[in-house]
Amino acid sequence: MERIPILRIGSLLLITIQLDMHDKLALQLQDDVTHRISDYGSTGVLIDISSLEIVDSFIGRTLANIAAMSRVLGAETVVVGMQPAVAITLVELGMSLPGVRTALTVEAGMDLLLTAVNEAGNESEDERSQA
Amino acid sequence: MTDLVEIVSSNVDSIRKQWIAAMSDSAQRADLISKSEMQEQCGAILEAIVEGLKTSGSANVSSPGWDGARELLREVSASRARQGFSPVDVATFVLSLKQAIFSVIRTAQSKNQDQLFETVWAATELVDRLALITTESFMSAREELITRQQQELLELSTPVVKLWDGILALPIIGTLDSSRTQVVMENLLEMVVSTNSKFAIIDITGVPTVDTLVAQHLLKTITAARLMGAECIISGVRPQIAQTIVHLGINLEDVLTKAKLSDAFALALQRSGRTVVRVGPERAGSLNSLLARRED
Repeated sequence: MERIPILRIGSLLLITIQLDMHDKLALQLQDDVTHRISDYGSTGVLIDISSLEIVDSFIGRTLANIAAMSRVLGAETVVVGMQPAVAITLVELGMSLPGVRTALTVEAGMDLLLTAVNEAGNESEDERSQA
Repeated sequence: MTDLVEIVSSNVDSIRKQWIAAMSDSAQRADLISKSEMQEQCGAILEAIVEGLKTSGSANVSSPGWDGARELLREVSASRARQGFSPVDVATFVLSLKQAIFSVIRTAQSKNQDQLFETVWAATELVDRLALITTESFMSAREELITRQQQELLELSTPVVKLWDGILALPIIGTLDSSRTQVVMENLLEMVVSTNSKFAIIDITGVPTVDTLVAQHLLKTITAARLMGAECIISGVRPQIAQTIVHLGINLEDVLTKAKLSDAFALALQRSGRTVVRVGPERAGSLNSLLARRED
């Protein structure tokens, strides 16, 4: 069964979506991310959707859900590399993904994520310095 | 039917003369088209009409025999639409052919009233159809012109300007409607990606009025830019527009707004960790130091 890989970098999780998302895959991802966060005690999640060209309201909602669930589990989420067409589609669908941090590139997203993680608290500060 | 064909084809010269004479009387815009050009067109059209009459008769101008005449009429009326003739001028151009044809028919069939009427009626129908063709193509040429201009206006009015590394400006001139918002949004987002910009300043100094619809379009653009990771600042909010926005109850709380483009630019610079300082007099003379970018 196809799966979206989740890479662990220190206390962060890196997810690159390189397939066309369908509903099952999105739900699987949501499930996997929440498990990984709790397993590894991750403090940040970076989702790169630069190869994602088609979205629907379900995928949009799942992205928002992943961000919300991560926050509940104590991790910050940044979505990076959204294509213009995808952004326009989501806006036309009335989904502004409130509460989801966004950045243009993985690099900018990583900066943002680290800042957000720092702001979120310093309980995992030690772990990060080790990483 | 066949009478009309015979009469017209045997009196081409006389019809042409009368037609040209009739047009000269009805003041056919001598300022827009020269007399010799006009006469040339008349001759060519008349020839094509005779050709059409001979091959396909007068009843059906959409049959292949009339292709030449139809094509010619379309060409003439389209070129006149571009030259600035009015629809009346163009219709009169063809309709004035009636008088010329009628008079040759009268000369040829003065003996038989019934036959005369039949032939005249066939001629009327024919000329009317031809006139309709010219009017139709006149309109479509005009519409083409309008569509092209609209398209050009759309492209002209939505430039995206790069102010600094990572800072874009989008001066909007004119009212924002749905189709323009679409173009504006697409242009902006494409530029955000290609220039890797973190900030976009939308300047609405040139937007005459902001109603709920325009505000909604603006918010859509801002949200789309935010989804991609760029921050939008609205600038050029005039006092009247600020009043309108508050009176209409439009919620712009989550959006950064500034009165002037310069304020918005300063904010964007500040947010991206840059600052603008006045250089000392000894350095001000050197152009290079003015142009040098402060790299952080």
